[in-house]
Amino acid sequence: MAKKIIPNKNPMPHQDPKVRAKNFDEVALGYSKETAMAEAERCLNCKKPFCKEGCPVSVDIPEFIAHVREGNFDDAAKVIKRTNALPAVCGRVCPQEHQCEKFCIVGKKNEPVAIGRLERFVGDYIIDKEAQVEAVESTGYKVAIVGSGPAGLACAADLARQGHSVTMFEALHTPGGVLMYGIPEFRLPKKIVQTEIQNLKKMGVTIETNAIIGQIASLDELLTEEGFDAAFLGTGAGTPYFMNLQGENFNGVYSANEFLTRSNLMKAYCFPQCDTPIKVGKKVAVLGGGNVAMDAARTALRLGAEEVYIVYRRSRAELPARLEEVEHAEEEGVKFLFLTNPTRYIGNEEGWLTGLECIKMELGEPDASGRRKPVPIPDSTFILPLDVVVVAIGQGPNPLLTKTTPDLETNKRGNIVADEAGKTSKEGVYAGGDVVTGAATVIKAMGAGRAAAKSIHEYLIAKGPKKQ
Amino acid sequence: MYKIVSKKTLAPAIHEYEILAPRVAKKAQAGQFIIVRIDEQGERIPLTIADFNREAGTITIVFAEAGYSTKKLGRLNEGDSVLDFVGPLGVPSHVDKFGTVVMVAGGVGVAPVFPIAREMKDAGNQVVSIMGARNKELIFWEEKMKAASSELLVTTDDGSYVRKGFVTDVLREYIEAQGKPALVMAIGPLPMMRAVVNVTKEYEIKTMVSLNSIMVDGTGMCGACRVTVGGETRFVCVDGPEFDGHQVDFEEQLMRSRKYKSEEQHALTKESCGCGGGGKCHG
Ligand SMILES: Cc1cc2nc3c(=O)[nH]c(=O)nc-3n(C[C@H](O)[C@H](O)[C@H](O)COP(=O)(O)OP(=O)(O)OC[C@H]3O[C@@H](n4cnc5c(N)ncnc54)[C@H](O)[C@@H]3O)c2cc1C
Ligand SMILES: Cc1cc2nc3c(=O)[nH]c(=O)nc-3n(C[C@H](O)[C@H](O)[C@H](O)COP(=O)(O)OP(=O)(O)OC[C@H]3O[C@@H](n4cnc5c(N)ncnc54)[C@H](O)[C@@H]3O)c2cc1C
Ligand code: SF4
Ligand code: SF4
Ligand code: FES
Ligand SMILES: [Mg+2]
Repeated sequence: MAKKIIPNKNPMPHQDPKVRAKNFDEVALGYSKETAMAEAERCLNCKKPFCKEGCPVSVDIPEFIAHVREGNFDDAAKVIKRTNALPAVCGRVCPQEHQCEKFCIVGKKNEPVAIGRLERFVGDYIIDKEAQVEAVESTGYKVAIVGSGPAGLACAADLARQGHSVTMFEALHTPGGVLMYGIPEFRLPKKIVQTEIQNLKKMGVTIETNAIIGQIASLDELLTEEGFDAAFLGTGAGTPYFMNLQGENFNGVYSANEFLTRSNLMKAYCFPQCDTPIKVGKKVAVLGGGNVAMDAARTALRLGAEEVYIVYRRSRAELPARLEEVEHAEEEGVKFLFLTNPTRYIGNEEGWLTGLECIKMELGEPDASGRRKPVPIPDSTFILPLDVVVVAIGQGPNPLLTKTTPDLETNKRGNIVADEAGKTSKEGVYAGGDVVTGAATVIKAMGAGRAAAKSIHEYLIAKGPKKQ
Repeated sequence: MYKIVSKKTLAPAIHEYEILAPRVAKKAQAGQFIIVRIDEQGERIPLTIADFNREAGTITIVFAEAGYSTKKLGRLNEGDSVLDFVGPLGVPSHVDKFGTVVMVAGGVGVAPVFPIAREMKDAGNQVVSIMGARNKELIFWEEKMKAASSELLVTTDDGSYVRKGFVTDVLREYIEAQGKPALVMAIGPLPMMRAVVNVTKEYEIKTMVSLNSIMVDGTGMCGACRVTVGGETRFVCVDGPEFDGHQVDFEEQLMRSRKYKSEEQHALTKESCGCGGGGKCHG
């Protein structure tokens, strides 16, 4: 009996764009049980699920959706958690239109099944429930995890589950990496991240914050004096790139990292109740077209900016941000200046930014990435009057750890060299996430953390029982 | 939590805290700094390591009450704790046998100068320290500096102690009388460091300064601490805090240090956290 497919996804309830552009509460409100079960009905439960191949960690999508359809949310969660430890996070931030949902068979003629929304629903359903912590026998092996972003969190969880003693070192005062300092509250409530971190602690993972490896202890010291048997490096891509344009150090020019860290981690949006200030200004431009740029632009609106521009040198079709974020930004009133490239900053005598000179671009021949390369249109410069510019053109790896570990191989961009299984050039040292791949995605970082956990476990077990 | 094991008030609104942070103390070196966050609402405050005791596991900081956050820090007492304390940050001072080294300390700059002077002396240098303050009341650590130096010259802007004059006056007199030292190192307020650099440029003496740009993370992640050195952008927290003073763009640093002036004024007028524990800043 052929099933009639409902052409569109069940809509996601949202805060009204006018209201939400003024607050930091979550934008997308989540499916109800009924809506989730109705959406699950749209899945054809394919024998050969293409959606699963699109997911970097191969979540068993039809299987979990089948449980949702029956209202067995706990079972759905168990299925997802076999491969993805943080469904409440990934359901919210995965670029589903390039991953699982891109390959969904329903999506050929209609809208694909809302896999991400269903995953988020399941993640939220179980998040408030007491995490089941099964007591495991200790192996006696000690593993150090450097960096507490998604890669480190995923690696720590798997290792703790195998009975290894895990200590996580984090440079900042709060664990979570980009999930805490980068991605804003209105897209990923911090409570979710902190709940997951509490669960890790319940599993016996020790978290040392304010601990920068390379400064407080070198990696070699961890592996010798401090008695760690193996280490995982998930230090991310935290160093901001600037455009090296004239005037970049005027007051008012921020890196996205600084702008978002002040707002998210330091809660500058509640200055002066919280002590860290932030400059917003009336007119703000954000340079770049990725998720980081969308987050910065929407944060600027919420902090009270009157006009917010995204300045992007290619066209709308090339925007690397999640589609949903672009749509949300547009609904909230962010203005997009496509095919526009900044050429210099303009400032006043006191060193304050007053504007940005830009040039218009057009698309030429395809470049190495296959995308048509933007080229400047002669005599098309114009000046955008501005108070604040946020540079969101990408980040590279932080060298604090690698420069104090000379025998750890890095590439010319400074990324740690590691294979698929996370193995680096140094014995007992594994790495994964953005520090290996360059800025990528949450789910890819988690996948890399899990792959490394498997390698570390095999490496330790091969040594035989731990000698005391 | 990091406990304040001792508190001394050295001069009006200048305090010395010894803070228990064994991991930091184990690794601390002269020229490095720490970042302290007082409580959940707190901002991240960078302060130089003024001394350390590896056995006791303590770090000494000396700070002036400059605005809201340092006033709040100054209200803590012996036995209280701060929520976060991270370090050692930055690159340690380059200490070597240079010959004669002149250490110039302005105001609270005495504190960061002290451990560097001590190491310079231990490395076999002739260490001439020049310390200056606005007036007699603001002079502290004179004995410590005497012990860390081969020779100590003190001055006050108003002449209320030892002599009248700026540190640059003393420096110029010293160079005229004794000749060029191998190295000058200056730590203090930006205008004072700029003035020292202007003197040593004339005499072509290599001069290191320790910059105190506005910071957030202190790990190279945010770029708030940008400074132009020799025409290139550097991050003070990871590339510094010490730089060749003749290469530093002081005008730009001065302008950048005023970035939050109006917010800093505003913060001073606030009472306490108004969100009462349930607000967004506790999220
Ligand atoms: C603003 C923003 C928005 C994003 N939006 C999305 C999105 O919507 N969807 C998506 O999939 N991805 C998104 N990403 C990308 C995603 O967040 C990253 O790919 C992911 O967080 C990488 O995880 P990680 O564990 O490798 O590193 P990170 O999350 O960067 O964590 C690294 C951690 O290591 C710590 N660290 C670094 N050096 C040291 C050291 N020496 N000692 C101790 N600790 C150290 C850092 O402080 C940090 O906490 C976004 C990124 C940003 C910045
Ligand atoms: C590496 C370094 C070492 C330092 N060492 C010392 C020290 O040993 N003793 C000492 O008294 N002071 C030191 N400072 C300066 C100290 O950090 C500032 O005085 C303090 O942050 C002021 O904060 P506030 O809220 O009390 O005052 P505010 O009123 O907020 O600021 C007063 C002035 O301090 C500067 N400032 C403000 N916020 C910051 C910040 N987050 N980071 C850096 N500077 C800021 C600005 O120029 C500002 O105009 C150091 C700064 C740096 C970067
Ligand atoms: S983890 Fe991400 S890509 Fe995989 S199924 Fe879930 S939402 Fe899709
Ligand atoms: S491809 Fe689409 S319809 Fe098929 S199992 Fe996956 S989600 Fe369901
Ligand atoms: S303080 Fe953030 S990079 Fe230096
Ligand atoms: Mg302040």
